[in-house]
Amino acid sequence: MHARLSPAHAAIALAIALFLVLFLIVPVITVVYVAFTNSDGTLTLAHFFSFFGLTLMRESFYNSLYVGAMSVLLASIISLPLAYFTMRYRFRGGVLIQTLGVLPLIMPPFVGAAAMQLLFGRSGSVNLILNDCCGFGIPFMEGLNGVIFVEALHYFPFILLNLTVALANIDTAMEESAQNLGASGVRLFRRIVFPLALPGYLAGAALVFLKVFDDVGTPLVLNVTDILAVQAYLRITSIGIDDPIGYVASVIMVIASLVALWGSTWLMRGRDYATLQRGGSSLARRELKPLQAVFAYGWIILVLLIVLSPHIGILLLSLSKVWSFSVVPDVYTLDNYKTVFRDSSGMMANTLLYCGIAAGFDVLIGTAIAYLILRTRLPARQWLDLAASAAIAIPGVVLGIGYLRTFKDFQLPFTTQPFTAFWVIIAIAYTVRRLPYALRSCMAALQQLHVSLEEAAENLGASKNRTIYRIVVPLMAGGILAGFVTSFLTAAVELSATIMLVTAQSDAPMSYGIYLYMQSIAGRGPGAALGVIAVVIVGIGTYLSNRLIRGRAAQHEAPRALHI
Amino acid sequence: MTAQRKVRLEVRNVSLAFGATPVLRNVNLDIKPGEFFALLGPSGCGKSTLLRLIAGFNQAQSGAVCIDGADITRIPPWERDIGMVFQNYALWPHMTVAQNVAFGLQERKLPRADIQRKTQSALELVGLQDYGQRRPSQLSGGQQQRVAVARTIAIEPKLLLLDEPLSNLDAQLRVHMRTELLALQRKLGVTTIFVTHDQEEALSISDRVAVLDGGVIQQVGTPMELFDRPANRFIASFVGTINLLSGTAHTTADGTTFESPLLGRLALPRTSAVSGSAEIAFRPHTLTLASPDRAGSADKVWMQGSVAHREFLGEFIRYRIDVQGIDIVADQPHYGGSIEFLPGALVKIGIQPGQIRLLAA
Repeated sequence: MHARLSPAHAAIALAIALFLVLFLIVPVITVVYVAFTNSDGTLTLAHFFSFFGLTLMRESFYNSLYVGAMSVLLASIISLPLAYFTMRYRFRGGVLIQTLGVLPLIMPPFVGAAAMQLLFGRSGSVNLILNDCCGFGIPFMEGLNGVIFVEALHYFPFILLNLTVALANIDTAMEESAQNLGASGVRLFRRIVFPLALPGYLAGAALVFLKVFDDVGTPLVLNVTDILAVQAYLRITSIGIDDPIGYVASVIMVIASLVALWGSTWLMRGRDYATLQRGGSSLARRELKPLQAVFAYGWIILVLLIVLSPHIGILLLSLSKVWSFSVVPDVYTLDNYKTVFRDSSGMMANTLLYCGIAAGFDVLIGTAIAYLILRTRLPARQWLDLAASAAIAIPGVVLGIGYLRTFKDFQLPFTTQPFTAFWVIIAIAYTVRRLPYALRSCMAALQQLHVSLEEAAENLGASKNRTIYRIVVPLMAGGILAGFVTSFLTAAVELSATIMLVTAQSDAPMSYGIYLYMQSIAGRGPGAALGVIAVVIVGIGTYLSNRLIRGRAAQHEAPRALHI
Repeated sequence: MTAQRKVRLEVRNVSLAFGATPVLRNVNLDIKPGEFFALLGPSGCGKSTLLRLIAGFNQAQSGAVCIDGADITRIPPWERDIGMVFQNYALWPHMTVAQNVAFGLQERKLPRADIQRKTQSALELVGLQDYGQRRPSQLSGGQQQRVAVARTIAIEPKLLLLDEPLSNLDAQLRVHMRTELLALQRKLGVTTIFVTHDQEEALSISDRVAVLDGGVIQQVGTPMELFDRPANRFIASFVGTINLLSGTAHTTADGTTFESPLLGRLALPRTSAVSGSAEIAFRPHTLTLASPDRAGSADKVWMQGSVAHREFLGEFIRYRIDVQGIDIVADQPHYGGSIEFLPGALVKIGIQPGQIRLLAA
């Protein structure tokens, strides 16, 4: 491409940079600054010492790491056999796994958590049955176990999907040559298949860790408070915006997220296997031996049952009048839905509004950044990508605290309303948090678009802008749409930043509403109903966008991993 | 690396289909101990499928594969002890060169010292003893190929399979590597089967060649047999360049004659008893070209035509000559003072009846 420094490109880049600086970089730096300074502005480590001097904080720190690591482990145990069996064996139900495997992502973990308590808790359905027939119970949901269980069940698809794509990309000859030299079964998997799929696995594992570390809703609903994200939230909301301990917790969360991300890339340094792989011959899938088949189908049925349990549970809960100390609810009713539609239709409207704005801006910014990076020689354009992607490592609670602190004295023009109480700040938080998803989508779409298609248009007399309008955007439409949908849907179930930024109930989106309902036993029914509605909306959105995207171009597209 | 006991490989009545598409049809092969055997054929002829079947990656619908008479059809690939070098080498990027080579030995649970010694000597055998600590991606194409070979021979396989081993190398390296491969095979004495679509490669280094087309073995023989006595039209045109003329053959007690509009009635040496419509085949380099005004010797059959096209190929010039609308290809050696014909020139083409092969149509 010709290197041309167009003022329009520079202006767009500057506008995006300004947005990112104002709503991502400055708030995060503010949080870090507060954590390291005294009230008079002098640098200090005293807050850190007092943080680690508090038993609760130390425990929260260890618990967060423990929950993150154990969730990754449990998610891996669920995903590895599923991915391996569906990709390497002739196996009925592979499609089922691929489809249902995404299901948990549709519902945020904190929504399912209450239902999981009722199904797997001490006096939940499973333990009631176990106690009845075998005389013992399994503490699935006791304390941290519950958080780990719920998180792993919700986030294992990140590992499953990335691993599946990684396995599909391994040249068959890599495995066949190992078999030829005498390796089979578990050894073949351990020595050849898994190491080659490791980049995909690590990408998924890092993502799961980030998600779990970020999640504030699940532990709160499960009444587990000795978790870093929860402590940060509680300190700021209960003690106040000036409490330094909340900031220290935030800084530690950011560091842990960055280490997880950096660690996964560091482990894979110099191992870009893709260059050595030639899209091999069609995969020779093996037949399952009887014993393997029993194990494989048994595992899949078990996983599917557990994966679907929060959905079934939340549905039952939403239809129940009373449900406690029984395997299934005793009395069914539609009252919960009536309540929700009467009281919370404003929240649904809010969700649509905020997420629509966020997703719209995300694809606008994403497309612009993708174009600037791939099609121009603008200096320092890579920094836009880096800054926008960095949002993935900033937990929602931290971003929320950052906004509250940075804009605390900022008033909306011509009013007395503080900016932090204005609903737009929630939409901005969503925009920043979900930008990495949209950006990856737009980048991938533009990367697949060969420059010569644009050059042909220019050659035939179309100006740069006309070319973007008539060639680039239509051809990118599938990717842009995918980015919009991902941003929208994931924003619709966002709680970590929401919980910090909602000041008036009239401004609250659905996710916050569900959380509020779930706080009280009496609210669980309506909360579940609102959860079901959210799941239905998100599910329909996912389904429609998949149909739309498949309908357009993308027939030849390889399965895409959930990166970032 | 010690010389190994040489094994005999038999493929008996093997048929294989992928879904409704037949890929191998009733294939029979008998490969002698220590032979360097080539499977030659155009792409899609089933040669790689056959090789993968021998390695155990494909299962035949019927038939058997036997080593020294023992049926191995049901043995899984990892227990066969048949080494295979893959077309794209399939070197594992997450292991060093030495780790790649040691892999098969580790799978055989050899003592550590043995593994180290055998790895080293396998690398020495291919001249890469100093490259053990490198990653495959740091090697050139030719070096990667050597690692793939070393990795396979390290386990001292009963049988060595090479799947288009030279196809990813550039032309010069290919010629060099094929002599190296042959020397290595002779040194180890291991029965070797290699797959190629390049007839020059197959003819130049193998003891015997099986030519496949459409999943059927067309002919098995030494390179010279294939070249001199092609069994059918496919072999004749696939192995080397050839001229084909159709006509009618008559075989009587007195001998075989062939009648065609171009050459009239020809008496042919007794090689095959064919009657009815048939084709004769003759190689371009057995033809003699002369000016039409020169008297031709009586031991040759002569036809007249005009030069339609000429290609200078260094050692010889390839003429395409139009004889009454039929193209005849003739190669004439090129040297100082050799006679040349220009496009459009009238020429006489002389054929020695002894060089003509009769093929049933």
